[in-house]
Order: sequence, then structure tokens, then C-alpha cells
Amino acid sequence: MAKVDVRKHVLVPKHVKLSEKEKEEVLKAYSATIENFPRILKKDPALEGLNVKYGDLIRIERKSPTAGKTVFYRTVVLS
Amino acid sequence: MPDAEEPYVYKKVSTVVFGVLSPKLIRKIAAAKIVTPELYDKEGYPVDGGLMDVRLGVIDPGLRCKTCGSKLKECTGHFGYIALARPVIHISFVSVILTLLRYTCRECSRVLLPAAKIEQYADRLKRLGKDKGSDVMRKKLKDIINALRSGSRCPHCKAKQKKIVIEKPTTFFEDERRISPIELRSRLEKITDADVELFGLNPAAVRPEWIVITVLPIPPVTMRPSITLETGERSEDDLTHKLGDIVRINQRLFENINAGAPEIIVEDLWDLLQYHITTFFDNEVAQLPPARHRSGQPLKTLTERIKSKEGRIRHNLTGKRTNFSARTVISPDPLLELNEVGMPDIMAMKLTVPERVTEWNINYLKEFVRRGPKAYPGANYVVRPDGRKKRLTEETIEASIEELQPGYIVERHVMDGDIAVFNRQPSLHRMSMMCHKVRVLPFKTLRLNPAVCFPYNADFDGDEMNLHIPQTEEARAEAELLMIVDTQMISPRYGLSVIGCIQDAISGNYLLTKNGFSMSRQDAVNLLASAGIADSSKLPKKDVVAGKEIFSALLPDDFSFAGRSKSREEPEVVIKDGKLVSGVMDKNNLGEGSGLLLRNLHKKYGRHFALDVLGKVFKLGVAVLMKRGFTTAVSDTDLPPEARLQIQNVFERAEKEVAGLISHYNSGQLEALPGRTLKETLELKILEVLNRARDETGKIVAMNVEASHTIVMAISGARGTPLNLAQMAGCVGQQALRGRRIENGYYGRTLSCFRKGDLSAESRGFIKNSFKSGLRPAEFFFQSIVGRDALMDTALRTPKSGYLYRRLANALQDLKVEYDNTVRDSGGRIVQFSYGEDSLDVSKSEGGVLNVKRAVNEALEG
Repeated sequence: MAKVDVRKHVLVPKHVKLSEKEKEEVLKAYSATIENFPRILKKDPALEGLNVKYGDLIRIERKSPTAGKTVFYRTVVLS
Repeated sequence: MPDAEEPYVYKKVSTVVFGVLSPKLIRKIAAAKIVTPELYDKEGYPVDGGLMDVRLGVIDPGLRCKTCGSKLKECTGHFGYIALARPVIHISFVSVILTLLRYTCRECSRVLLPAAKIEQYADRLKRLGKDKGSDVMRKKLKDIINALRSGSRCPHCKAKQKKIVIEKPTTFFEDERRISPIELRSRLEKITDADVELFGLNPAAVRPEWIVITVLPIPPVTMRPSITLETGERSEDDLTHKLGDIVRINQRLFENINAGAPEIIVEDLWDLLQYHITTFFDNEVAQLPPARHRSGQPLKTLTERIKSKEGRIRHNLTGKRTNFSARTVISPDPLLELNEVGMPDIMAMKLTVPERVTEWNINYLKEFVRRGPKAYPGANYVVRPDGRKKRLTEETIEASIEELQPGYIVERHVMDGDIAVFNRQPSLHRMSMMCHKVRVLPFKTLRLNPAVCFPYNADFDGDEMNLHIPQTEEARAEAELLMIVDTQMISPRYGLSVIGCIQDAISGNYLLTKNGFSMSRQDAVNLLASAGIADSSKLPKKDVVAGKEIFSALLPDDFSFAGRSKSREEPEVVIKDGKLVSGVMDKNNLGEGSGLLLRNLHKKYGRHFALDVLGKVFKLGVAVLMKRGFTTAVSDTDLPPEARLQIQNVFERAEKEVAGLISHYNSGQLEALPGRTLKETLELKILEVLNRARDETGKIVAMNVEASHTIVMAISGARGTPLNLAQMAGCVGQQALRGRRIENGYYGRTLSCFRKGDLSAESRGFIKNSFKSGLRPAEFFFQSIVGRDALMDTALRTPKSGYLYRRLANALQDLKVEYDNTVRDSGGRIVQFSYGEDSLDVSKSEGGVLNVKRAVNEALEG
């Protein structure tokens, strides 16, 4: 059976890996440490091909019924 | 909070260790050694070394503790101890002892696990213990040993192991031979600390031999106080009784052993001591008769004090009760203000407000004291500056008035205008607890304005509500500023008013503001006066004024509004410069949780004004009905003969259509809808036809029923729907069970009065009759089926969804919107990066949206 690429599915929002510099900016903007961020598993199918490692910050751009478009951040964890 | 070192926390609990007291520690913490079961000597003074020893704490007011020198309530008491003549097993640890005995060697006391295996498993076991607890760890160890066991020899010293069984509750046997607690203890003593750890016990806190009691701590007298009865007799606590038994038997055991009594006698006394100590810890042990009072009622010992619903935890810690609160049945009173609550006078004479005496109010407060507890408004207590409380009675009143001076506190009766917190359970949202101002009224129910029923979800079919009187200035100020009804008007859930007109207030305002309503100016002034408007200058200077003009008298002059109403004739509501130009006031504008009229009033003029207007509108609506008269009757559902003929035609047509469908189906001409069987298709089509027929009769009814009060209620949204009316006047319609017509209950038919295989409308639960014309027996039965189903459904669903909501509320309760608009939990973890993803405070919006256009316009206008 052909493998399904979930990243192309309509319901999967766009996931972007942030660079170290961008990551620091986001952490500063929310004056929070990386532990305070929501998490995402490293093996999450949506992260396929992003080449992420533990501690990376992922920006997720999704549609929102209240605001139209919103951004969400998640930090990569192993388990 | 993130990263910051918390400057104010200088000591932090890192671990909590549970353990067993060692005999050494028990002796060390003890303030006295208890040697005699006697409590008091002939003078009634506690015996030294007795159970009520003065060194164990104070229970008499005025005395000082012998050990620490503190007074009653300051001294928490001190433990004592008794040295037991023979050791005894602790009932709560019997299972631990059994495991220890079974899985250690009887000779060398090592774990029955080869040395190599111990190394192999130790770490893994410890990790398991940390994650899942010592019970799981012990279980795992047992499993490992059982799996590895080969033969019955110790892997260390090769000694043969015997089978250990327990005879409940506290006797151990090894191959039929009884193990005495002494022997048991010496075996436990030999287990090494390293092995103890494998069993999930921390040897620093729990050495296994400590589980066998040699020294029993005696709890301080403060946790077992004696009470003095009116007769002057002293009645001791259950625990004291039990401890008395223990000390007595222990003493006898000592004497017998020293006198060299026969083994049997010593053993018997030993067993008795074991029984007493077991029931001292737990008087509900299986296989053991509970220790009883002389009256035959079981003693309440340590475990029973803590356990179950009446125990310390669920009764005293989780289940706190409040003073200065009241509860009774509620009833409506539209003449109250929205933020008032009517309180029965007898309630007002029991609940009090403390008021501090100053040189300026002393004469005022003296009057309260003079009237005493029996006359309203009086006072029940006077509190002296040293905190002594004095109850006012007829005899003490005079002395209290003399005594009264600044610094005293008078607990006076509740009066009009006092602050109270009003609550109805289940308190699901913050509007379930609101602050009201008291109005003391005759009769015996708590009264509230019917307009605030909605936030409380109250009705008057027997509901009860609670009332609390805050007792400090801070509490009163906080309640009034943060919780008074005015502040709760706009719902934080959808940004509209949760308080609005209901029932007759809606129909009254509908009738008043409908086109064509007018009355003489004199009547109008009267009407306004009964709604609480004394100033009638806003009424036009005409002899006859229209209803809309009367309503406009309530609105501020600079108020403009555009909205919609439910009405078909006047759907556009326009208010211009404080005048209702067009449109009617119905549920869409005045009701709770709908329409922007109340929201706009609130926004423009503030909560107090909005609530005030709403209260007046409510009273006006009721007053209109009082003046005009309003009733509903069966004749409201009368139809002219032509209409009845029309309805009959509708049925005939529908029946023909159904019959056609059935014959189509029978002859196989019916075509199945996609994804449906032929039968399902038929059912769907029939249902569609019948529902259409019902709707048509509804339309006929709506067109033909004369303008009646029943119609007014339905149209204004006060109560009932046009469908309800159609069911009363036209036809009840198809009864559907789980989305289908009634299905077979008998073989091939729904009821035995129908032919088998009959698929016609009337045999499947279509009710042709109206509620007025009366239902045929079969129809009545079909209606009952559906009615019962609906009733069961609500009865089963309410608790389920209630619990669901409770879990949700508890899970979300400490989430908080921070100043940067992120939502975080108590640990600072981010839940949302922007509240609601749009950072909108719904309670400041209008129905969840911001009217940007108007905001810009207002800003431009300055």
C-alpha cells in the first residue's frame, strides 16, 4: 500500500521548524522557558522531513474559528 | 513562574517519608509512662501515671499543661507510652509481616533470592517502587521469587523452609506450630537493611521489627477529652475506655508472668492484650467481634475516626459547614428590585451582622440591645473587647446596655439594605452565587425577582436556595463590589445579558408596544407610576398616548438602537433619541441571552442603569397585564368550521399519498434511495409526507386562530411555541421514537387492534387528533411511548452530563489569562498563546463579536 503523506492532508496544519535565533526570540516574547511550551513528539508524522531534534521549537499555523489564522508553538520531545 | 528564584520561599518540602515509630522514638517523645488503668483519685484529680495524667495535656479551661506550660487550646497535648509485657502485632501491617516471613529464610533471614539475582533485580525493583509504589514493588518481588524458587531450600544457607500460614486476624503458623510474636520479632530483627529495601520499605523509617509493638504510644488527652454530664458525672471518650482495657490487661499480664503463672494463663492474657490493641487501632476487623460499650454500641476507635463518610476526612475536612447562612424555599416577587432578596422576618431575627460600637453610634446601637433578641430590629449577642460573647436575654439586657461602650461589638439583626450572598446549587457558573441586598419581609420564603431566575436556573416548584451574611467589612465590600447582581449582568460566556424579562413581563411589553395600543394619558401616568416612574414628563402632552410612547418613557433621551424582533408585522426595531419608533418589544429584545438592546444599554449607561431600566421594564410589563387583563382559555384554540374542513382535506390527501407509497412498495415500483433499503426508503418517504401534513395543519391553525392571548404568548416568545398551539388546535402529528415511526411491539404490528403488516399512518403512531379534540386509545398509547422515552432520556442524561461538566470545570479551574494574553496553568505552562486565539474578552464584546464600525464612529465623533 502506498504510504500516505499526512503533511499534505487538508486537516494537518503547516509545521515549520524555527532556527535557534527565531526560537530565542519566541522564548523571549513569551518570557517563558522551553519547558513551559506545549509539546510534540519527535516521531509525530507531521514533523517528517523537518529533521528535528529534542528541544527544537515548531511553529504551527492553523485556521481558527475565532481569529481566522493563528500561530501555535510546540517544543519537540522524545517521549 | 518561569526561571525566577522565588525569594519568599525559604523552606520547601522536598519529600514526605511515611514510617513506623520505633520503640526508642516512642519512649523519647513520650511525656509520661502510663502504669495504672485508674483515671482519677478520690478527690477527682488525675492519677499520676494514669490515662488522664496531667502531663499528657490540658482539657480543663484555666489549667496549664504540666509538660509545656501552655493553656487549653495552645497546648496540642503530649504522647505517653506503656511498655507491653509481651509484644503484640500491629493489625494494619499483618500483610507486610506475612510477606516478610514467607520470602525470607527461617534460619538466616535472607531474602529467598540467590545473591546474583538480588544484584540483577535490585535496581529494577527500586525503580518500580518509585513509579508505582511499594505495594506493586512487593508484588513484583514475590513474583520473581516464586518464579525462581526451586525446592524449598534457602539459596543462601540451604536451610529447609516451612510453610507459613496466617489464621486471621493476627495469628501466624509455621507447619501447624504457632509463631509467637516474640519469635516473629526476632526473625524480623535479623533481616538485613539491604533486604528490607527490596521489600519496598525504607529501613531508616521502617525496621520490620518495629511493626511488632513492644511499646505502645498513648495519645494525648486532647484527642480523647472527657465530657462532664449535667449530673456532674464524667463520661470518658471511647479511646480512653479502650486504653484502660489495654493498661489493665497489660498490668495483669505483668503480674502473672512475675508470679510464674502457668503458660496457659499467660497465653490467654497475651491473646486478650492482642485483641484489645487490635481493636484500639481498628474496631471493624473481620473475624473479630468489635469491642463494645456496656450499652452494646461498638466503640469508635482510631480507624473509625478517620474512615468513611462520617470520618475526619470526609466529614470535617472536606465537608465544612457555614455559620450565618440560611436556606428555605424560594418564591417570586416582581416588586423587589433585581438586586434585592426578600428575607423572612424570622430569619432576619436569627441571622446577625456584627457592628462595632463607636462614640458616634453608641446610642443607635443601644436601642438594638434594648429591643433584645425578641423584638425586631434587635440584637442577639454583645461581644466584649476581650472576645467574650454574651447572649442577650431578658435578664441580661439591662446590664448589657449599661456595660456597652466603644470597642464592644453588637451582633444586631439583619436589616433592609444589608449585604447577602445568594446561591442556588448546583453552582455551575459564577452567576450561581450573586450578592443581593436584603429586604426583610413577612412570611416564610426567600423571595427574588423572577428576572434573576435564569442565572440561578431557579423556578418556584419547590426549589430551595441558600443565603449567606458576610461578617466583616472587607467581606461585605468585596461581595458588593464584585458579586452584586449588576456586575453579573453580562455573561462571560456569550457577552449578552443573562438577566432579562420572562413570562408575563414579555407578553405585557409586547402588547404595550404593539401598533394600535393606546390609552388615556391619565391611565398611562398610573401605569408608569406602578412601574416605578414618578416623572411622567417624558410622555407626550396628548390626551391619548400610544403604547410605544409609554415604553419610551423608560429610555434615556440620547439612546438610539436598531435591532430585530420576532414579530412578522414589525420586524425592525428602531429606537431613535430615546423614542421607540417602530418594532415591538418581545423576547428577542428583552429576554435573557438574546438581542443587543440590553447589551447596548449596559455598554452606554453602565450596569447600574441598565439593571434599573430592566427592572422598570419588567414592572411595566406586569402592570400592563394587570391593567388590561390577561388569561388563556381552551376557546383560544377554537377553529372556524372552514379551517377544520381544510385540515381534514390535508389529512385525506396525506393518507392517499401514504397509501400510494405503500402500494408502490408492495408492487415493487418504489425506487430505493442511495444507501437505503427499500423499506427504509418507504419509511422515510412516509415520514416526510406526514410531517408535511402536520406542518400544513400548523399553518392553517396559525392563520385561523383568532388573535388570542395564547397566540400573544407564542408570538412574543413569553411561553409556548406555535407548534404547541397547533398540537392543541390542529393535530398532534407523528410520534417518532429514535427518529423512526413506532415499530412493531407485537408480531407484525404495533398493537393488536391493527392488521398484521399494516404500514398505514394511524397504525404507526400518527396522531390525527388534537389535544383538544382528544386522542383515540391507540393514539394515546403511542403518545405515552414517546413521552416515557423522553422522560427516561432526560432522567438518565442529566447526571451524566453534569458529571462531565464537573470534570471539565475541575480540569480547567486554575487556568488563567496572563497580562501578555497567554493562557497558562498554575505551573506557568502555556495552554494558549493568545486567549481564545483572538484575545477577545467575551464579556466586553457584544454576543462574542466586537462592533468595530461603531467603535470607530464613536471615536470619530469624540
